[in-house]
Amino acid sequence: MSKNLSVDRRRFLKSAAVTGAAALVTGPGSASTQQSAPPGSGTAPALPREVDPTGVVDVLTTDRPGGDFMVDVIKALNFDYVAANPGSSFRGFHESIVNYGGNHAPEFITCCHEESSIAMAQGYFKIEGKPMAVVCHGTVGLQHASMAIYNAYCDRVPVYILAGNTVDATLRRPGVEWDHSVQDAAALVRDFTKWDDLPASLPHFAESAVRAYKIAMTPPMMPVLVVIDGGLQEDPISPETKARLRIPKLTLAAAPQGDSGSVAEAARLLVNAENPVIIADRAARTPAGMKYLVELAETLQAPVIDQGGRMNFPTRHALNHSERGRELVASADVILGLELTDFWGTVDAFRDSLIRSSRSLTKPGTKLISITAGDLYVKGNYQDFQRYPEVDLAMAADAEATLPSLIEAVKRQITADRKRVLQGRGSKLADAHQRAFERARADATYGWDASPVSTARLSAELWAEIKNEDWSLVSEIGNVSRWPMRLWSFDKSYQFIGGSGGAGVGYNAPASVGAALANKKYGRLSVTIQPDGDFMYAPGVWWTAAHHQIPLLAIMHNNRAYHQEVMHLQRMAGRHNRGITRAAIGTTIESPNVDYAKIAQGMGVHAEGPITDPKDLGPAIRRAIEVVKRGEPALIDVATQPR
Amino acid sequence: MKTRSWRLMALVFVAGLTIALRAGAQGQTAGPAQGSAPAAPTGNVDNGKKLFTSYGCYECHGREAQGSSATGPRLAPRPIAFAAFSKYLRQPTGLMPPYTSKVVSDADLADIYAFLRSRPQPPALDSIPLLK
Repeated sequence: MSKNLSVDRRRFLKSAAVTGAAALVTGPGSASTQQSAPPGSGTAPALPREVDPTGVVDVLTTDRPGGDFMVDVIKALNFDYVAANPGSSFRGFHESIVNYGGNHAPEFITCCHEESSIAMAQGYFKIEGKPMAVVCHGTVGLQHASMAIYNAYCDRVPVYILAGNTVDATLRRPGVEWDHSVQDAAALVRDFTKWDDLPASLPHFAESAVRAYKIAMTPPMMPVLVVIDGGLQEDPISPETKARLRIPKLTLAAAPQGDSGSVAEAARLLVNAENPVIIADRAARTPAGMKYLVELAETLQAPVIDQGGRMNFPTRHALNHSERGRELVASADVILGLELTDFWGTVDAFRDSLIRSSRSLTKPGTKLISITAGDLYVKGNYQDFQRYPEVDLAMAADAEATLPSLIEAVKRQITADRKRVLQGRGSKLADAHQRAFERARADATYGWDASPVSTARLSAELWAEIKNEDWSLVSEIGNVSRWPMRLWSFDKSYQFIGGSGGAGVGYNAPASVGAALANKKYGRLSVTIQPDGDFMYAPGVWWTAAHHQIPLLAIMHNNRAYHQEVMHLQRMAGRHNRGITRAAIGTTIESPNVDYAKIAQGMGVHAEGPITDPKDLGPAIRRAIEVVKRGEPALIDVATQPR
Repeated sequence: MKTRSWRLMALVFVAGLTIALRAGAQGQTAGPAQGSAPAAPTGNVDNGKKLFTSYGCYECHGREAQGSSATGPRLAPRPIAFAAFSKYLRQPTGLMPPYTSKVVSDADLADIYAFLRSRPQPPALDSIPLLK
């Protein structure tokens, strides 16, 4: 499709540039075409005489290449940044960004790995609420990027990807450009992107670029990909094309809401339930999401279990019962699941030890209500959709968008008598919440002075230094036993961004840097708890943070292992009744221990460590915060307990 | 995918923990030592410390056996009664892998148990300003 169009376009350009169509058909050996200046290129230098055996030459000099118009489109879509590792397949677009576009909105963020570019964009979106653009080679760059794209896809995060490629084989430079060209670039990631296109002209690019943005931003949000042809980027814009150029209006689609009948039925079940439970995973897409969820929970006086896919619910709120999940699921008569990644796994137990078995965790008759945009778009190959949940009421809708109507429906159905009952339930829940918090504090004392440093101590030391700042935790917390959620007070939507989505290691560092980039303009103190294994995937992102002066406080959770895999290997050895002393083989990062501080320092990042005495941690964090407040990244390596 | 979701792992662990508590195992919140249980055999603390590491106990329970809400309950400094401890290791009901006498002898168990009991008491909660 585009190949033919591309050839036609180029020859058209040529015909406009040279003296006439006859030049195009000049036979081999007789061609000697004196090139003339292309239209609109009054400042172009005189071109050398060339002899081409086919008699065909392309005039490439111009003041107005196609890449400039692409930048116009990208600017119209209000991108602040475009992250990329530079590549020749998008050299034209790159040049247009930095020169024509002035390297501002978007600003080019230099990355050292495409996986970093994508994960940065993933973290950025979860703070800023709008996508970051990423550019990469359509071949090798996209291959590097693919795992991070999968994470973003599983995490329902829109990443706006532009991939360079040259479809027309006759226009490729010999050698590497052929290695870096592909028939269908998007095929590599089509299983885990929401939409892609291969525009064959600049007007086509404009329409596809706007369409891609709209599709990416419509729940369920996911990455999208637009291939940008090398010729389109680099060649002059012909007068005929110029006359057709326009940027379509962008109108984002309203997020899909649950239908009124289902909302009313859900409200009826929730209001009449004796033990309703609200479980939220990727529910709060915007700051409004947390506000709605608090209002629903308070209206119902129902406990909330925050599974941590987003910052859904304040941790110190009396109705936050995330630490009591199993107990509440077992006693619930109605469970409302909001954008649950794994509803089945939430209400069922799966045993993987001496025997493999599963059983329901809920009591008979418990009603399950699901609201998720995930039901609107499911692909077949990659299995992130989890086990099939047998729910009683399913709304294929965006949870956050549905909450206002659900709240209103609940309020309409609550009688005065019922309200008194709910208030009594709320008092008991408040007591239970306080007991859970006290239990967490007591649990944190165990191993308090241990070396390696306990993850509870690490979290408490960090909290003491940031709690009076406008902070934002931009890392995962599962590897540190969720201590921040248990000990800290989270009450703002930007204070937590959830996890990777696909559990692909290598997410945390770049996602943290991307989120910190988004936090920068708000003056927030971005903080990440950085696992060592994750650090080692693409550590060049620390250079990116230093180069672009992205303030970020990184505290290493350095347990010197891919510890999840240590436990898996141990489980296998125990199950197979042998070799329980060998779980460290192939799973640990020791002998030699990695000096993460030295690596970070080598990339221009303030760094200290490894810290092994917990008493040294607080002062080191304070020194690092001083650096971060100057607008730079800082890293503290801490030798830690496994979890 | 490099790792399984920690949330799934945690859920499976909790499933095992719940059953373990029914069986008498001690959970994250330490209780008093079970005085009615038979006395534990004498064990070697130093060897128990080595075994606690080399046998991989620390992986889920922490190097001080302090436990984790995500991977394994606290075991020290007041472990459950030795009989229940031994029974659970041989035939765990949760996510924990089994440790038969073929790979962990009764003498090894006694040493590990002695190590757990030797762990110091944590500082008093009120003595830690960071946790106030």
